[in-house]
Amino acid sequence: MIEFDKVAYSYGGGELLSDISVRLAPGSFHFLTGPSGAGKTTLLKLCHGDLSPTAGHVRAFDMDLTALGRDDMAMMRRRFGVVNQDCRFLDHLSVAENVSLPLTVAGHDASQMSGDLKELLEWVGLTDRAGALPPELSGGERQRAALARAVIMSPDVILADEPTGNVDWEMSQRLLHLLVELNRMGKMVLIASHDLQLIRAAKSQVQARVLRIAGRKLQLAGADL
Amino acid sequence: MKALILSYLRSDPKAARVVPATGYTAHLTLFAAGAMAFLAVFALALSLAAGRLADRWAGELARSTTLRISAPADQMTTQVDRALAVLQQTPGVATARALSLEEQAALLSPWFGAGVDLSGLPVPRLIEIRETETGYDAAGLRLRLAAEVPGAILDDHGRWRRPLVEAADSLRRLGFFSMALIFGALAAMVTLAANAALAANAQIIEVLRLIGATDVYIARAFVRRFTLRGLGGAAVGTVLGIGGVMLLPEASAEGGLLTGLGFRGIGWFLPAIIPVLAATVAFGATSFAARQTLKELA
Repeated sequence: MIEFDKVAYSYGGGELLSDISVRLAPGSFHFLTGPSGAGKTTLLKLCHGDLSPTAGHVRAFDMDLTALGRDDMAMMRRRFGVVNQDCRFLDHLSVAENVSLPLTVAGHDASQMSGDLKELLEWVGLTDRAGALPPELSGGERQRAALARAVIMSPDVILADEPTGNVDWEMSQRLLHLLVELNRMGKMVLIASHDLQLIRAAKSQVQARVLRIAGRKLQLAGADL
Repeated sequence: MKALILSYLRSDPKAARVVPATGYTAHLTLFAAGAMAFLAVFALALSLAAGRLADRWAGELARSTTLRISAPADQMTTQVDRALAVLQQTPGVATARALSLEEQAALLSPWFGAGVDLSGLPVPRLIEIRETETGYDAAGLRLRLAAEVPGAILDDHGRWRRPLVEAADSLRRLGFFSMALIFGALAAMVTLAANAALAANAQIIEVLRLIGATDVYIARAFVRRFTLRGLGGAAVGTVLGIGGVMLLPEASAEGGLLTGLGFRGIGWFLPAIIPVLAATVAFGATSFAARQTLKELA
């Protein structure tokens, strides 16, 4: 589903990621760990074509992302649900409108899916905040809204960058449970996280592999996590 | 291409809402479109008035010619009769008529006063010629008159008519060129405003791309909005411009072009094309700006 073939990525100065080859299979559940600045966010962005590798190839759904035109890339991104660390929204639209935005963009009638939207907002604990504007949300609420937006289209792949960084333990367990449920439905999940407790909790529920970035390379982490 | 244009204009209130409606670019576009449409109405009125003038000068005066006969008094009648005979045989001449002395006196009255007696003065006799639609061969007629009526001088008014017609034609071209400049300036302003709006909404574009919005979807929100602003602003400007033209003085013979600036008959409906043109210009300019900016932001 997602395949890295000898991928390297360099920012202006040095090389951040080097010679990375990995295949993330459909329905798999992966955590991505590593020290701050190791390149976790960069690797997630490479997965959905937000960044292009400086060497090698990234393939998603059997398509070479570097060869895709902008419209094809847009269509491909609809198969991804992405939760970024900064959780950006359209600040002039309500939380409910932001969460249902992927449906609107894809041409679906969001009003016909209001039941799903309501259920999803309830899942992430934002029912009472559905009419609020994003600037009125706390950090944790923004993360939950971003996760809801990422999964509303039932995408094939869910990429989440520190999705539980600003929420309490109980909420992080709920969000993890949601991601595990989606994985059981056949969705591929890749989560970049520092949170070892979350990783342990996930491994108790699902067969999760842990990938670690160290020294610009990607390694399969040990089972002692 | 047609599909692309239609996709830009397709009504999708939710797509339009992804970009906040506020911002100074909205007012800037409305004002620019209104002001340009106001000016375009006057440029159009000028072009049409100049066109009418040029057509009148070129048409009416071109079909009127004067034959002047200077001859000794004892040969005058003979030469006038011979000239009339030549003219009657000339293809392209509709009528030829010798002016009476009274008519010639009337023509001279501004200089010599009314009631001047020309019978004792050696003034040339004038023959008024009216051409048919096709006109006559002036060079051929001159040659024949030179042979048969030595004192005849054919004056087709071309010497003074041509520069006037050229001036009116230039004025007409100037009016249309002004309109082209006005719409060019509108395109530049809308492009700048659209670029500013796109740059101000770069974060929104980033979010939309993250969730799989195509360039057409993103551009549609901007293009549709700027097209409607262009149309609305230009409609107001056009109405005000027509009001301004209506307040201008009525056409009069004495005033010439200065008092004839305006529309005639069905011409009053012509300014209706200005808002449509402004909307088309706004559509093109915003589409161009959106394509460029989205390419740069990719």
